[in-house]
Amino acid sequence: MTSQPGHLSPRLDEIIADHIALEGPLLPILHAVQAEWGHVPEESLKPIAAALNIGKAEIHGVVSFYHDFRREPRPAHVVRICRAESCQSQGGRALERDVKARLAGRSDVLFEDVYCLGLCACSPAAMVDGELVGRAGTDEICERVGA
Amino acid sequence: MKVWLSQDAAARALGADRVAKAMVDAGVQPIRTGSRGMVWLEPMAEVEIDGVRHAFGPLVAGDVAALMADPKGHPKALGPTDELPWMKGQTRMTFARVGVIDPLSLDDYRAHGGLKGLEVARAMPPADVVEEVTQSGLRGRGGAGFPTGIKWKTVAGVEGPKKYIVCNADEGDSGSFADRMMMEGDPLCLIEGMAIAAYAVGADKGYVYLRSEYPDAIRIMRAAADLWNRERLTPDFNVEIRVGAGAYICGEETALLNSLEGKRGTVRAKPPLPAIKGLFGKPTVVNNVITLAAVPGIMAAGAATYRDFGIGRSRGTIPLQIAGNVKYAGLYEVAFGLTLDEIVNDIAGGTASGRPVRAVQVGGPLGAYLHPSQFDVPFGYEEYDAKSALVGHAGIVVFDDTVDMAEQAEFAMEFCGIESCGKCTPCRIGAVRGRETIARIRRGDMTAKPLVTDLAETMREGSLCALGGFTPFPVISAMNLYPEDFEQVEAAQ
Ligand SMILES: Cc1cc2nc3c(=O)[nH]c(=O)nc-3n(C[C@H](O)[C@H](O)[C@H](O)COP(=O)(O)O)c2cc1C
Ligand code: FES
Repeated sequence: MTSQPGHLSPRLDEIIADHIALEGPLLPILHAVQAEWGHVPEESLKPIAAALNIGKAEIHGVVSFYHDFRREPRPAHVVRICRAESCQSQGGRALERDVKARLAGRSDVLFEDVYCLGLCACSPAAMVDGELVGRAGTDEICERVGA
Repeated sequence: MKVWLSQDAAARALGADRVAKAMVDAGVQPIRTGSRGMVWLEPMAEVEIDGVRHAFGPLVAGDVAALMADPKGHPKALGPTDELPWMKGQTRMTFARVGVIDPLSLDDYRAHGGLKGLEVARAMPPADVVEEVTQSGLRGRGGAGFPTGIKWKTVAGVEGPKKYIVCNADEGDSGSFADRMMMEGDPLCLIEGMAIAAYAVGADKGYVYLRSEYPDAIRIMRAAADLWNRERLTPDFNVEIRVGAGAYICGEETALLNSLEGKRGTVRAKPPLPAIKGLFGKPTVVNNVITLAAVPGIMAAGAATYRDFGIGRSRGTIPLQIAGNVKYAGLYEVAFGLTLDEIVNDIAGGTASGRPVRAVQVGGPLGAYLHPSQFDVPFGYEEYDAKSALVGHAGIVVFDDTVDMAEQAEFAMEFCGIESCGKCTPCRIGAVRGRETIARIRRGDMTAKPLVTDLAETMREGSLCALGGFTPFPVISAMNLYPEDFEQVEAAQ
């Protein structure tokens, strides 16, 4: 379960303290922050930058570079349907279209693009709320988000 | 009753955990293993019958009660695992233990030959280890095919004191899953390979940079690293797992190093080579998972044994990853040299859809499409190069005759545009223009064709790394081999 942002410390201080001794601690800290709050809250950036002695522009640059880091709070469900070649060869494009059509209007579902989940021997593949689905079908994906 | 059940991510994605629960409910605790690589049979279990492991699959939870009561008579009984044609045709050197052992049991690992390579290596002077790896003919399995021993020699030759071993586990290529299967099925083998590299070049710290799309591999590698460090298997070398953040470009070794340092994953200009100025400016070995995992076996069996497999300058074995629209998809480790005809039609059994094979993309999103008329090319680095194709990470994605190759070409450019690190213009701008231009062709504007060819040339010649530099290969191969898909688009729509 992810906790509410707003009052980031003391949890944020703990996260920073847990990772600060690592070589290259920034990505591990950002991952831990996202694991805690479901996204990387804007208010977390200043304390992290200060602790690592880097500029705010630099940390913004890093957060925005990587597809994983969300800037907005995450809705209840995250659906990632693989868009890469092996899944294309097995109907992945149609799957993505169908699922998006079926779940249109569900504001509690976030679609995130993903290119290969390493399940290319059971394409098409998807990840729904962190769980992998091989030979994924529209019904199965929709059921997992309660539709 | 001794029962093994795969916990590989693919097996779990196909319901292996439900089967496991049914087994526990029936009073049997399965040993969770990696996958044997026959993904069409997952979830696959093995049961020991008269001392021999027999395979059963693909299982659903409802099969379990009958299976436990009478394995031999079960309708999903496949016979002794090692006798299955898929297994018998292989030369499993690097993947020998994957699917066989409990990946996190040091006893199992030792009992199946684990740590022997490290022992052999440590009995030699470090320079001899480098020489042995050089003699084996092992080349980088991450894509570029650079001779591993030569890379190690460079790092060994640079003054310390601080050096790093970095394992590239970013495996972003579509069609590839060998790294994942190795990390989930035999993580200690990878760490042993890193420890041998560390001994050979004089490094004391290793990082595995693992993509975030692989939660199972992350969990198992972390546990394996903890085990390795805790047991002090190499007191002078320890290993740490780091997780990527969804950027294909971070598989490129210099972008990976930037990312490990906590920066944007942009590509660095070479030289300096990472071997000389790598992680935090220190001499660094960057090797792919499969490259490093091959090393313990090479040290244990001797360079000559490994080198005796293969063709030309492609020595040893390669774990083919057969994917996409095929009947039998999975991992197949074999000596270099098979033709695509053998791989696609014989081993993979043709398409899953039953329709004719139309195109095969080898080597991921930067690899060329191959046409059935080219299926006689033997699997090897130089052999593929001669066809303007790429072995890459040996992912093989099969398409049937419903594929629209103009759509695939457009996707290649789209992907490059999305994943470009932005450092060089031919890649950053070229990919966006390339996509627009192919879209124009697809709308029937034939005047756009020469523009794509020119753009491809610019990207190939001018890009800083192989993302921009190789994206033209799938594009141009699609245009050359399937001209009809770039002609009659209007008629088709
Ligand atoms: C865009 C791009 C992506 C790459 N992705 C990977 C990857 O995911 N895994 C990998 O091992 N090598 C990848 N490489 C190759 C690495 O740059 C490098 O050659 C490799 O890690 C060296 O290890 P090896 O010699 O053991 O293959 C990629 C290269 C490029 C240009
Ligand atoms: S291409 Fe979709 S899982 Fe690999």
